[in-house]
Amino acid sequence: MDLLEYQGKELFAKHGLPRLDAEVIEKPEDARAAAERLGGGAVVKVQVQIGGRGKGGGIVIAKTPDEAEAAARRMFDEGFKDMPVTRVLLESLADIREEYYMAITLDRASKRFVAMVSSEGGVDIEEVAERNPEAIRKARIDPVVGIRPFQVNRLVGGLPEEAREGAAQVLRTLWDILVAEDATLVEVNPLVLLGDGSVLPLDAKVTIDDNALFRHPETLRFAEAFHLDPTEARAKEHGLQYVALDGEVGIIGNGAGLVMSTLDVVQQAGGAAANFLDVGGGAGADVMATSLEVILSDPDVRSVLVNIFGGITRGDLVAEGILEALKRVDAHVPIVIRLDGTNAEEGRKILAEANHERVVPEATMLSAAKRAVELAKGGAA
Amino acid sequence: MAVLVDKDTRVVVQGITGKEGRFHALRNREYGTQLVAGVTPGKGGQEVEGVPVFDSVAEAVERTGANTSLIFVPARFAAEAVLEAADAGVDLAVCITEGIPVMDMARVYNYLRGQDTVLIGPNCPGLISPGKANVGIIPGEITSEGPVGLVSRSGTLTYQIMNELTQRGVGQSTCIGIGGDPIIGTGFVEALERFEADPETEVVILVGEIGGTDEETAARFIDEHMSKPVVAYVAGFTAPPGKRMGHAGAIITGSSGTAAAKAEAFEAVGVKVGRNPTEVADLAKEALG
Repeated sequence: MDLLEYQGKELFAKHGLPRLDAEVIEKPEDARAAAERLGGGAVVKVQVQIGGRGKGGGIVIAKTPDEAEAAARRMFDEGFKDMPVTRVLLESLADIREEYYMAITLDRASKRFVAMVSSEGGVDIEEVAERNPEAIRKARIDPVVGIRPFQVNRLVGGLPEEAREGAAQVLRTLWDILVAEDATLVEVNPLVLLGDGSVLPLDAKVTIDDNALFRHPETLRFAEAFHLDPTEARAKEHGLQYVALDGEVGIIGNGAGLVMSTLDVVQQAGGAAANFLDVGGGAGADVMATSLEVILSDPDVRSVLVNIFGGITRGDLVAEGILEALKRVDAHVPIVIRLDGTNAEEGRKILAEANHERVVPEATMLSAAKRAVELAKGGAA
Repeated sequence: MAVLVDKDTRVVVQGITGKEGRFHALRNREYGTQLVAGVTPGKGGQEVEGVPVFDSVAEAVERTGANTSLIFVPARFAAEAVLEAADAGVDLAVCITEGIPVMDMARVYNYLRGQDTVLIGPNCPGLISPGKANVGIIPGEITSEGPVGLVSRSGTLTYQIMNELTQRGVGQSTCIGIGGDPIIGTGFVEALERFEADPETEVVILVGEIGGTDEETAARFIDEHMSKPVVAYVAGFTAPPGKRMGHAGAIITGSSGTAAAKAEAFEAVGVKVGRNPTEVADLAKEALG
């Protein structure tokens, strides 16, 4: 779960990190009063879960409340990179002397965490890594022993003397936050040295481990502010693993790998998948019905491909589940069904006997994908 | 021969009194696996269809000689269960549980470094050496004995490929589902090492997916250390960046972890990559000659 900047900063503040005065607004007309309370001028920052805000016009320095309102209004009206905007953050103007970079993230390759501090910040860190690698210091953090003082000292040792102590404090706190909040990424770009000599995070990018949300009920409330595609929201309500995509073939499968593979095979057949949907193991009629409902609520879907490999899941039960689901759901597009594995033959027989007008059985994954693509493009069912 | 599990495998199931644990434990026994014990804290002294239940893994090991633990414990307690299995000294711990927090697994992984217990999973279907032992939730019916070793991050996709192999009359030495989480115990490299050393395995199929760089690391290992032919499949060419595709570990972050990069890494070292599960089964058959 990727937190919005203001949410990340709430977590930072909870753990004692310094912050600028700031206000979050949900409508443009609140910008003026917020800016006035912040001293007239403010930095107006769009709150979205995607990067590239600086270059994309998502961060505006407003010298007056008028300018702040105009900037906020544009953000709410225009959205950001095709994403609707529901929150804008206004922060007091700061006297920034220098900008650095600091992050701790999961390193899948080493199975540890990696902490990074760069004396160059406020720019794309991958670009710094390429152009000026000496600016970046890195250390691997063992999750059993945590970040050690020698590591902190070495990491901040590349910063100017006057910033080191403040930066060390931020770095230690970031590790505490990562552990306490079950984050897999805490990134601050830029970390700034202010005119008064203090060091503070000017940005916050925090990713929380979805698997750990059960122990952070208070973090879960942040999700209310996220933008969800309507079909995605519906799927989430029903606890389905669903990702919206741009194509026209709706996909239902069991198992993440098999569903990913199905999306690829649909593309190889000349089509494009409308979604990723994994019904998981042992899916019965209820789950199938809900899945079909969710997929058919996507107006772009022209055909549906159900790809089930029965392991523990039995093909006959899946077939019955689909027929049961079709009694509850009004299917307005053809549904290509491929069953394989345990009891697949029985399942295919059940489908053949039912002879449902929308059901198109296919024997293999490849032929099913081909058929679903043809049907989506207007071929005869 | 086979790798990791065989006729000598003696399984203790942690969480045997739960619905999933019981179902699969008995299924594994029916397949011919030696199921010697179960563990559920507080339920020591009970039996599950003749299998004695103990309060701790240590006790189960001591009393029954269990050498492999199969874990069906709920996510919030599963990391603890792995530590307990390792502490009891089992050779192999297989963790089926999905949804374990990353920090818990990061700690477990680093705790296990330098210890003798090998961990498979979590978030995996387990492993099977056809005709010898089935430890996990892989349906034994779709497998057959033979010379192909299979290692995969996925469950049903692996079943699909096993089934295609079996349909072609190509059997398997061992199929290992290593799991779909960002941090897993045994990775591709460790599995490949074992297949390389196993006299029964002649060809290896590697099934990867988006996320992380383990496939790229595996490609380098194959290039430098594998004498046996390896063929590969990678799922997720059409996956958009930044979206988690079902598995916790299946996510493209920035420009890292794409299927295209992984397939290129394999092809660069001469590993043939199938475009779909059917094609990779064909490639494995060809490689057998």
